[in-house]
Amino acid sequence: MKTIVILGAGTAGTAIANKLRRRLPKDWDVAIVDPSGTHLYQPGLLFLPFGNETEERILRERGSTLGKGITWHQKTVKAIDTNRRLVELEKGDELSYDFLIIASGTEVRPEMIDGMLGEGWRKNVFDFYTLDGAKALREGLANFEGGRLVINIVEMPIKCPVAPLEFAFLTDDYLTKRGIRDKTELVYATPLDGAFTKPLASKTLGYLLEDKGIQVETEFMTGEVDSEKNVIRSYDEREVPYDLLVTIPPHMGAGFLEDSDLGDELAFVPTDPHTLAAKNVERVFCIGDATDLPSSKAGSVAHFQADLMAENILGAIDGKELEPSFDGHSNCFVETGHGKAMLIDFNYETEPLPGQFPIPGIGPLPLLKECRRNHWAKLMFRHVYWHALLPARPIPISPTMSLAGKQLSAAAELGGA
Amino acid sequence: MSLEALQTDAEGYLANRDDWSEELAQELASQMGIQLGDEHWKVLKTARTIEGESGSSPGLRKISKRSETPIKSIYKLFPDGPAKLIAKIAGIPKPKSCL
Repeated sequence: MKTIVILGAGTAGTAIANKLRRRLPKDWDVAIVDPSGTHLYQPGLLFLPFGNETEERILRERGSTLGKGITWHQKTVKAIDTNRRLVELEKGDELSYDFLIIASGTEVRPEMIDGMLGEGWRKNVFDFYTLDGAKALREGLANFEGGRLVINIVEMPIKCPVAPLEFAFLTDDYLTKRGIRDKTELVYATPLDGAFTKPLASKTLGYLLEDKGIQVETEFMTGEVDSEKNVIRSYDEREVPYDLLVTIPPHMGAGFLEDSDLGDELAFVPTDPHTLAAKNVERVFCIGDATDLPSSKAGSVAHFQADLMAENILGAIDGKELEPSFDGHSNCFVETGHGKAMLIDFNYETEPLPGQFPIPGIGPLPLLKECRRNHWAKLMFRHVYWHALLPARPIPISPTMSLAGKQLSAAAELGGA
Repeated sequence: MSLEALQTDAEGYLANRDDWSEELAQELASQMGIQLGDEHWKVLKTARTIEGESGSSPGLRKISKRSETPIKSIYKLFPDGPAKLIAKIAGIPKPKSCL
């Protein structure tokens, strides 16, 4: 019996496990390791704080998401020994592998910032990247009666890099509906040099911040949360006061990758950007949020990577060279509030461009432009996730990006995509 | 290559990382009022190495850990926005998000 071991049963791990199980012969065992008994549909965490999503709809029993014939070890990973091709689990258990796929994602680490877990934590300081955080924030928002609401990205990289901006737009919508928007200053504090950092997006989408009256504090790297004074303080001693703080804490890779040969300084795995093989080590691949790649840490990326990685692993089993097929493709809906959303489609080389998706010239979904159809498509996506993406059934979107239907001239005017 | 002949993007970041040299970094830094010392070089070279490895300009925490320079010290070495200054002087793109 030969074994593929997959570490982590999130979006990436589950999709690749289901895909490989279907494609591999019976003499291959597909084993997946994840200590948690439930699978969380993470995009739902954006809507839950506003009361527009429920726990029942975004949680499933882990077992129901893993196809027949996959062996699930409900255990914590302690370490990887790449010399002996072994994964060490809790209580001294070991799993040996012929190929290993690291799909252990990323997690928020609020304890890395001084004072973040202080007096105000989950009273007027919240995160929404965890289920507990999003639920606490739902209460926090419901009790909010106006003042300064600050959304702060502490540092990059983070999961779903547009989610904080979407959160700001949805907050504007939510407060407007509650009739307290005019009593609220909405502030977006980012370590980057703008809420939008790419030329075309800055030019075409800057109006969103202006129209919604969202103040932007740029190049703000939070060094401290001061719960006594209710301010966040940057390394260059600037202070941003808040009544309610929505923080996106620093992100790190899985604990077993920290201080290991496989993880970098943030415990992400140095990975070949095109073949998805882990660098400097044999028979190890990395997928989804766990990589150090410049592609977005997003579900669509995990899905496209799973399609291409499955082919590469099947090839590797047959002794073939790895194909450098992954191009950094990402495809994301961006909620802009008031029942509208945008769609963006991009890769390593090409920034999000205007156009039509998926059928060039027809759509029906416009790119880089707000509309109601995109919002409904985003809401419908939850069904696609449970019924097609996780079970790895075909979805008619190419895993590599296409330029067809995109207006390259828009980027050329600004000096290149 | 002289500063005038260099290709940069609309925001003044070097368009081609291979146009970079240590002399150029010195010149760019002095234009920004920074005199480069050993501590600056450690940070700049680390940022450049990480960008070369991973294909994206690193955040300050990663630079700090790899170069063993506390974030607070990086702010002293490159006042007025170290993330942008480091990228500009090290000849790598500015740190970006996906939009």
